[in-house]
Amino acid sequence: MQTRMFSWIWKGFLMATLTAAIWPSAHAQDLKSFEQKTTVKVLPNGLTIILCERHDAPVFSYSTFIDAGDVDDPSGDSGLAHMFEHLAFKGTSQIGTNDYPDEKIALAKVEAANNAYEAEYLKPVGRDEQKLAELKKAFLAAQAEAHKYVIPNQFTEVAERNGAHGLNAETGLDNTMYFWSMPENRLELWAWLESARLSDTVPREFYKERDVVLEERRMRTDSDPIGRLIEQFLATAYVAHPYGRSSIGWPSEVSQLSATEAMAFHRKYYVGSNVVVAVVGDIKASEAMPMLEKYFSKVPGGPKPEDLTTVEPKQFAEKTVTIREATQPFYIEGYHRPSYRNPDDAVYDAIQDIMSNGRVSRLYRSLVEKQQIAAEAQGFSPFPGDKYPSLFAFYAVPLPGHTPGEMREAIHKEIDKLKTSDVTDAELAMYKTRARADLLRGLADNQGLANAMAEYQTRYGDWRELFLQLNRVDKVTKADIRRVANQVFMPSNRTSAEIDFTTPTAAAKNNGGAQ
Amino acid sequence: MTTLSLRIVCRVLVAGAAFAAMVPPALLPAQQSKPWDQIPIPALHPFNPQQPRRIALKNGIVLFLQEDHELPFVSGSVFIPGGSRDEDPAKVGLVDLYGQAWRTSGTEKMGGDAMDDLLESKAAHIETGGDVDSTSLSWDSLKGDTDQVYALAMDLLFHPKFSAEKLDLAKQQEATGIVRRNDDEGEIAGREAAKLAYGASSPYARQPELSTIATVSVDDLKAWHDRTIGGKLIVAVSGDFDPVAMEARLRATFDALPTAKPLPPRHDAFPGPTPGAYFINKQDVNQSNVQIVGLGTLRSNPDVPVLAVMNDILGGGFGSRLFQKVRTELGLAYAVGGGYGYSYDHPGTFRVVVMTKSASTVDATKAAEAEIAGLTTRPFTQEELKRAKDDILNSFLFLYDTREKVLAERVRLEFYGYPADYLETYKAGLEKVTVPDLERVAKKYIHPDKLAVLVVGNQPEIKPGLEALDLGAVHPVDITIPMPQQGAAAEKKP
Repeated sequence: MQTRMFSWIWKGFLMATLTAAIWPSAHAQDLKSFEQKTTVKVLPNGLTIILCERHDAPVFSYSTFIDAGDVDDPSGDSGLAHMFEHLAFKGTSQIGTNDYPDEKIALAKVEAANNAYEAEYLKPVGRDEQKLAELKKAFLAAQAEAHKYVIPNQFTEVAERNGAHGLNAETGLDNTMYFWSMPENRLELWAWLESARLSDTVPREFYKERDVVLEERRMRTDSDPIGRLIEQFLATAYVAHPYGRSSIGWPSEVSQLSATEAMAFHRKYYVGSNVVVAVVGDIKASEAMPMLEKYFSKVPGGPKPEDLTTVEPKQFAEKTVTIREATQPFYIEGYHRPSYRNPDDAVYDAIQDIMSNGRVSRLYRSLVEKQQIAAEAQGFSPFPGDKYPSLFAFYAVPLPGHTPGEMREAIHKEIDKLKTSDVTDAELAMYKTRARADLLRGLADNQGLANAMAEYQTRYGDWRELFLQLNRVDKVTKADIRRVANQVFMPSNRTSAEIDFTTPTAAAKNNGGAQ
Repeated sequence: MTTLSLRIVCRVLVAGAAFAAMVPPALLPAQQSKPWDQIPIPALHPFNPQQPRRIALKNGIVLFLQEDHELPFVSGSVFIPGGSRDEDPAKVGLVDLYGQAWRTSGTEKMGGDAMDDLLESKAAHIETGGDVDSTSLSWDSLKGDTDQVYALAMDLLFHPKFSAEKLDLAKQQEATGIVRRNDDEGEIAGREAAKLAYGASSPYARQPELSTIATVSVDDLKAWHDRTIGGKLIVAVSGDFDPVAMEARLRATFDALPTAKPLPPRHDAFPGPTPGAYFINKQDVNQSNVQIVGLGTLRSNPDVPVLAVMNDILGGGFGSRLFQKVRTELGLAYAVGGGYGYSYDHPGTFRVVVMTKSASTVDATKAAEAEIAGLTTRPFTQEELKRAKDDILNSFLFLYDTREKVLAERVRLEFYGYPADYLETYKAGLEKVTVPDLERVAKKYIHPDKLAVLVVGNQPEIKPGLEALDLGAVHPVDITIPMPQQGAAAEKKP
């Protein structure tokens, strides 16, 4: 599940959120050629820089990968990591302000006014409505005062005027990623901008941006039937681990977040040891590295924050969610599976591939082609994250006249086949071939490569694992698939959610009137 | 796999993904030190993007070869003129169905399912698809499989089978898309806005219905294929191949074909929307999707470079007037943007989109309308112009920074009959844009009184109501999905 800085409203976002990036396999030759082009350096503050040279065109792409996401939001503050990500576009003490010393004082007053307002607002008894109104007025006045020092969107303006392309950021449950592409002669300018926003963030216009994020929630979750379903599905599947918590945040919590909390999150998680910066493109590592080191050394050092200690307890009872509304039917189910570090990680990828990839996949051939009950049916994993134990999920979109119950039954039949008989040699070979080809195809894209290198460096401590995971892919056997299917796809380990179409009771009819 | 997706093809593109930057000059103090301006920007490394080799055959067919030896893959596409705008209005959806069933049916020699098995075992693909003005067949494979996959693709191109069974499968997919089309607020808004701009029955906006797809037969698919395959094809191949051998291979396939027959010219009417406020009620949302729409222009219009700069100032990205006002200053929206669109061979649409919580629908709409109207009343500044030009020109490189993009652009220009150096001419035009140009063009093309405002939202929550937009009586739009008479209709009853 991901939320981002800027809306890609022209893209279908369901698929983007349901399909996690998969980067399996490659071979030794590819690795060797990439080792020659790639330089890695860990700075004294713990921050890792990866440079990969590709000289096809005078451009570069970068990815700044923070090993913190909404799973790290403190209890009661869901959505905080995402809120901070929005703040990281608001500028620094040098950019986005016309007088930082005075602005700093004004921002402190905004915080004080917010605290006073919230204290009154949250009083369980004896809230004084008149006082509350006055405090709100004072809060708005403090914001207006601070706004006088703001040069709106100057950070992004400078980036865009210098040719930034595909500028955006994404906050996932596990991590936060900032990225764009630029002409190569702007490398130093980029380094100035990026290192400044990582190390010198100013909580500017926080409360206005909070309203923006609430709009993002309305778009992604509240006003989207699948968004609503997924939020309920995850909240039901997890009882302890924050993978079950709304990733964009519960409205009551997001609306109470403060700039002070966002900056505390920044102090804890935006330390060098928690950051990997990957740059891919027309750069020369021997010249670029010393320059980048100078800028990125500004990021504060500090101990790597501890990972979450909460472990989702073993599920012992099947759970279901049914949403009855005037939306066409939909079915999804998920089974708890281990994290990406589990030795069987590639076995899950194999199951996903064989069940879901293309018109030869088992779910397509069975539900779509043969039984003709679904328009679409797939399994995917890991969901909603990969850093911690997550879910192996299956979903199906019923054809008109067919029900979620039929989807469920048909999916279970296919799962049972995995448990009781081996996949074919052809299926297993196909998975391995496609895994390698997909990896190769991804290598020609600067941005995709930067994202993947930063992610693998963070998750495995070595970007080369992007290639070396081929070894795990190659080792997957038919027996592995059967064993894992029997371990994981158990009814007691299952959570399902469905939308049942129900005619609205108080139908608000549009009475004719076409244009 | 795009053929399996329920996503609806976006038929009307708002031009210009480029972002704009604009800051009210009053807020820019002279004393800000701007340390970023001290950072040196060296000359860009010289770059001459590799152009594909163009080979015009005597029969009118055009081949493009783009070598790229970085990775061991070869891919290709054949573009065939004629698309959904050319289909029989009684059979809307035909081209979508054709695009699916063509590939899934396969050929006499090899059925679609067997083709799936063979290709997937090689991590190769052959796909077909239909668009508004063309259909296409594309393939890609590892280098070692080039010959076999190419032969298979050409068999499919010239000898498709079109089975009734696979047509039915495609119809089921299409029907699923139709009955689900009112579930997603954004999908409703986008589709209905296009219908307002072009007219509900326009070939650029009309939608398939259960009744129109029901009439499509295997014979219709065959007739469509026969009608279009003799057209002016464009064949584009890229990747890790030997150019001499590839040219010979393509010539062996395409040289002997009869002279290509052009499609008859189209004579579409583009009256533009009937101004006013339009409303679609959706009870399960808490955010309104507002679309302010009008007609756009053609890309061949010499004013396009000026319009591109104007769009950047109005509604591109973070720095645009719309973003600065509606999102940053007012906090009324997460998604806001838009501009004056242009398409290659028919008018695009003007479109500004805002999504805001139900209660602020009127405020956000008025704020967006004010920015549109402001194009003709609020003077453009030199600073705005410079920022917009910087935005567009400094990122211009990303239109051709890969060989794939260079190839795709050349194919596009060839398809629509634009000169091969169009991008250079366009860039030169962008560089010349002045503030008086912007003023002239805004006056010429921006007419707030000719725009329609469509809101999809939750009526009881929208306070004040849409009457407060002062656009006269609000026209409700009926989006009920027509259900055919028998069986299917009975199922829908509670």
